[in-house]
Amino acid sequence: MAKKTTDVLVDPLINNNPIALQILGICSALAVTTKMETSLVMSLAVIAVTAFSNLAVSAIRSFIPSSIRIIVQMTVIASLVIVVDQILKAYMYDISKQLSVFVGLIITNCIVMGRAEGFAMKNGPWVSFLDGIGNGMGYGLVLMFVAFFRELFGSGSLFGLELFPLDRNGGWYNPNNLMLLPPSAFFLIGFLIWAIRAYKPDQIEEA
Amino acid sequence: MQQRDSLGYTLGVAAVLCVVCSLAVSTAAVSLRGKQEANVKLDQQKNILDATGLAIGEYGVQASELTTKQIDKLNTYVSAKLVDLDTGDYVGDKAELAQYNLVEEAANPDTSIPIESPQFNPGEPRRPKVMKVYFVKKPGTDKILQVVLPVYGKGLWGTLYGYLALRSDLETIQGLTFYQHKETPGLGGEVDNPRWKALWDGKKLYDAEHEPAAEVAKGPGDNQYEVDGLSGATITSRGVTNLIRYWASGDGYGTYLGKLKEEINDDKSSASEGDK
Repeated sequence: MAKKTTDVLVDPLINNNPIALQILGICSALAVTTKMETSLVMSLAVIAVTAFSNLAVSAIRSFIPSSIRIIVQMTVIASLVIVVDQILKAYMYDISKQLSVFVGLIITNCIVMGRAEGFAMKNGPWVSFLDGIGNGMGYGLVLMFVAFFRELFGSGSLFGLELFPLDRNGGWYNPNNLMLLPPSAFFLIGFLIWAIRAYKPDQIEEA
Repeated sequence: MQQRDSLGYTLGVAAVLCVVCSLAVSTAAVSLRGKQEANVKLDQQKNILDATGLAIGEYGVQASELTTKQIDKLNTYVSAKLVDLDTGDYVGDKAELAQYNLVEEAANPDTSIPIESPQFNPGEPRRPKVMKVYFVKKPGTDKILQVVLPVYGKGLWGTLYGYLALRSDLETIQGLTFYQHKETPGLGGEVDNPRWKALWDGKKLYDAEHEPAAEVAKGPGDNQYEVDGLSGATITSRGVTNLIRYWASGDGYGTYLGKLKEEINDDKSSASEGDK
């Protein structure tokens, strides 16, 4: 059992990454990854929502009538997302302004729903909670990877700290504007999936 | 299993879930509201201070890096009044001043008018009849150092909301900041870049014929009305030009600024007579 709980937590990081293997939750990965800071907050928000929605859904799973189980899961997830959004607006106002609508859109993030339906409905609360954290971290890991390259090459900085002085500010680095636009995240995620599958060929789907 | 799928049970679970979830959501919303409103207000104050350049002048940094205490101190310079843009007169009492909300006023047909200026088009459908303007004065004195005008207009992805600060001649721009916009980070989003914003300092709002003339140039700005264009953001640049010119024109603050100028000049002449 001890082995199993660690697996639940670690597996989604690379072996079963929700973005890289399951290709879920891509849209917010494109939208919020221009900066490391916003990506980090977004990741934490998703980790919190997946973990607690898994916990809640798993805790009440034996009471949920199967005919309305998806609606029940959605209600739990939506409530949690609103609470997270309110907390961000109260304590991290500047970042919540930048994340704008994307925190609200966690509701529609397939990862959260997928874990609630696919895992939490069948497993105990504690394991489900860990599974939520694991999947949230798997999502966060990809977000941070993408944001690292996008912020470094698009704005010449990391976490807002200037590493390459920009030419518009009198430095030498001419930023790559493509990195600031959503398509660059597609390319980066593509490269990441390529790298992971080259390293772990068993992830390659049969054509 | 039979019982779990019965109609009564399903409805019961749904009802309980709704109550529990709505309680959680409303608790969070109500308990955090005070803090959120304080954040919004603080953010707005910081933007006004940035437009006036007071934060840089006093502490050498942007207002966003100041502590709440420093901001409170700078806020003693700033006061606000409501202005009817058609007549240029001050209106409203303290309660109305405190409750004023730009977006609500602009959306309500009773408190706003359609924007139909063919010459200066900010891309927005309506503007409020009454706007909340801010003054910068030394605490304890009545001499207006700057006036800060709220402005807004369409950019590429949405409306840019900002503040335009004018020096006491009401011709020279002190600063321009946007507190809310949806422009592309790194391109149009560079309206937030302090270096770009600093370019507005000292530019002339009106030309010799008193027509609105300040603009964002295509490429480098090389006269007293122009600032450098934002590269890769033509539509945002054009939007900023349009909104500044609209609000500076007779359809915007023109009437009010005319009256205010007389007021300031009267004060000046009476003050200099007093000196003699």
